[in-house]
Amino acid sequence: MTGLWGLWAAVAFWVVAWALNVRLANSAYRQARAVRIGVPVLFGVAILVLWEGIVTGFGVSPVILPAPSAIAAKFAASTETLWLDFSQTVLKGALSGFLIGAGAAFATALAVDRSPFLQRGLLPIGNFVAALPIVGIAPILVNWFGFDWQSKAAVVVAMVFFPILVNTVQGLKEAGRMQLDLMRTYAASYPQTLLKLRLPAAMPFIFNGLRVATTLALIGAIVAEYFGSPTRGMGFRISTEVGRLGLDMVWAEITVAALAGSVFYGLVAMLEKRVAFWHPSQRE
Amino acid sequence: MNILGQNAVIDAKNLCLTFQTADGPVHALKDVSLKIGKGEFVSFIGPSGCGKTTLLRAIAALEEPTGGSLTVNGMTPDEARRNRAYGYVFQAAGLYPWRTIAGNVKLPLEIMGFDRAEQERRVENVLELVELQGFGKKFPWQLSGGMQQRASIARALAFDADILLMDEPFGALDEIVRDHLNEQLLALWARTGKTIGFVTHSIPEAVYLSTRIVVMSPRPGRIADVIDSPLPAERPLGIRDTAEFIDIAHRVREGLRAGHGHEV
Amino acid sequence: MAMKSETGKTGRLYRLSVWSVRRMANALPVLAVLAAIVVLWYAGSVAMNAKWAYAQAERAGETLSLSQLIADTQSQNRPRLPPPHQVFAELWDSTVEKKITSKRSLVYHGWVTLSATFQGFALGVSVGILMAVGIVCSRTLEMSLMPWAIISQTVPVVAIAPMIIVLSNSLGIDGRATPKAIISAYLCFFPVLVGMTKGLRSPDRMQLDLLKTYGASGAATFRKLRLPGSVPYLFTSLKVGIAAALVGTVVGELPTGAIQGLGARILIGDQFGNPMQIWAALFAAAILAGGLVTLIGAIQTLVLRRMGMEQ
Repeated sequence: MTGLWGLWAAVAFWVVAWALNVRLANSAYRQARAVRIGVPVLFGVAILVLWEGIVTGFGVSPVILPAPSAIAAKFAASTETLWLDFSQTVLKGALSGFLIGAGAAFATALAVDRSPFLQRGLLPIGNFVAALPIVGIAPILVNWFGFDWQSKAAVVVAMVFFPILVNTVQGLKEAGRMQLDLMRTYAASYPQTLLKLRLPAAMPFIFNGLRVATTLALIGAIVAEYFGSPTRGMGFRISTEVGRLGLDMVWAEITVAALAGSVFYGLVAMLEKRVAFWHPSQRE
Repeated sequence: MNILGQNAVIDAKNLCLTFQTADGPVHALKDVSLKIGKGEFVSFIGPSGCGKTTLLRAIAALEEPTGGSLTVNGMTPDEARRNRAYGYVFQAAGLYPWRTIAGNVKLPLEIMGFDRAEQERRVENVLELVELQGFGKKFPWQLSGGMQQRASIARALAFDADILLMDEPFGALDEIVRDHLNEQLLALWARTGKTIGFVTHSIPEAVYLSTRIVVMSPRPGRIADVIDSPLPAERPLGIRDTAEFIDIAHRVREGLRAGHGHEV
Repeated sequence: MAMKSETGKTGRLYRLSVWSVRRMANALPVLAVLAAIVVLWYAGSVAMNAKWAYAQAERAGETLSLSQLIADTQSQNRPRLPPPHQVFAELWDSTVEKKITSKRSLVYHGWVTLSATFQGFALGVSVGILMAVGIVCSRTLEMSLMPWAIISQTVPVVAIAPMIIVLSNSLGIDGRATPKAIISAYLCFFPVLVGMTKGLRSPDRMQLDLLKTYGASGAATFRKLRLPGSVPYLFTSLKVGIAAALVGTVVGELPTGAIQGLGARILIGDQFGNPMQIWAALFAAAILAGGLVTLIGAIQTLVLRRMGMEQ
């Protein structure tokens, strides 16, 4: 019976939170930073409360859907394991692969920069490959590079390479006719034009690629672990805990993945704000 | 004409320039001969397709002539470009949004390898010249269109080339701003004594600014008439209401009309 | 008169030849890069399969000449990197040579993946469009939902994939298609949401003011202006969305022990140590992706032409 009361309380909380959000979003303060952050946070909290209410209210088995409180408890109890998995998957696999892949893509874009012929060949192919399910290559790379993080990094490299390459090549073409003519009237050299005009102009595009790549990097690192890994890592943990019906642990890992993904994305977005501050999409 | 052939800053003889396009060849310039002396302010006026911009770009070595000869400061245009003989102002300000106004003006100085102190000094100088002192730390998008165009002129002046080539620099601005900038440009020309080539499609602007007006006509692009302006060096905006001014404007208009006659 | 038609004809011929030259000029670099990839691939296959060839030869007490080595690397049964012709032989064998009802036919598995992709696409597009409409109509919804929609895309789907399967199983949903479609929709809804929102907001002040002068209702403005204005944006994001939906389906098939679909072929190829099968499935997925994007592109051209909005 108490469970049902909890459910009603959760629904009531949801209604109140939504009403508050409606008031806030249509108030004079809607442009304020606190409101712009507060409204989605309140929305998120309301969903969690509703989730908690439904699970306890209907007595949903934790084997199907654990309550947020149970997930939080599990999270707190297993920080050590979670950190171990996080460093294996995110720090070793995703991050190193991301850096290598971005570096390689950037270097390739610069290498073909002086050949419009190669660019015209590379762009459509790169665009096509970037849209393919490259994750599928994971078992092959695990086979080639072994079970540890190196194979995960290799999968990540394969996944992030093309989006970053295509965006960088596209970005390096962004400098306008007139801007290039201006550099010509200064008798600027190729490296000068590249450094002072074309690279800065390409930055919004490059960051576009980098932002897409952050998500891909985590997907790649986790999927690769399903095909073999040492006895740690987020993908490993998720697949074994699903098998043991330890769903609270799975959700705890998902929370880590969500946090890691958001922080990673946020960092790249922050860097973009500093580097490409001048682009209309960054100005308000 | 008071210009001697020997000390012409820009000298074009029978200049031809043909573009190859999908619809066949386009004669952008045909048999253009013109001498511009030091310190002159020469306007190029004509309907679109008359080759006025192409001529300016050929002088700047941004286009390759297909016939005739063209020298700038006694050199080929490309040599002149490598010697940084001219500053070029485009139709749009084209400032780099990631650089401040001062940073934009500094751009050519960085490329040409001026030392840091000299860069600072010159930036301050030219910003004052175009009345933008105090705006150096602003970003281009924080300035009005007229101010942006002034900054782009400052950028062209920064490395102190003797020649200033301007391709419809005020074409996108409203008339009030344009009048003001025309006045400023004349003052600047008087102070610096630069040789200026100025492309425009506004008759009053051409007459108000120039010592000489080159009227061009299209298909093929060629010079239809060259009009010397008898207007005094000192030109307040009110000069545009004088009979003399109106008379020159009338001659320019006649020249443009005659040029069009070939087409029909 | 005759003269005129003559010049018209040569003019057309001229334009035609310019057009075909331009086509050639576009295709040539692509073909060159493709050729380079194939060459690199062959070189790679020799390098990567050499170790096994040497090991085999040593066991048999033979030494290999270069030509023998190369011949061997190109025809191994379980190469580390199969050369292109082996992959295409496998692709040919598993599509044309097999009956499409066969469990070994890639056409069959491709169909399984394709149908799940379509389901996920339909679901994702519906959710994306509905959310976009909600966001454009309600400021509260925009402020509450949009940040979470962005965050949802930073969460690696694969982490959730096993969860969705467990959930849908315990909710009594049978079969593997539904969880796959959900994962696929998860990846696909976001580009649609972003594109559709942008499209619905694309009419400018002046166009909106015009309808205001007519005294048009909100619903009428939506139907007459915002909705048609959003179509080009929608199609652009549909092309991204269908590719994302396919990626989602394959991802959904990979870690979940599926036995049908291209992802499952990759999984089974891995378990049975059959790299050719993995590569063939990868290429089938690539062909599928290319076909789907082309299909959406064709529909886009058709619809925009009917609406008089072609670029």
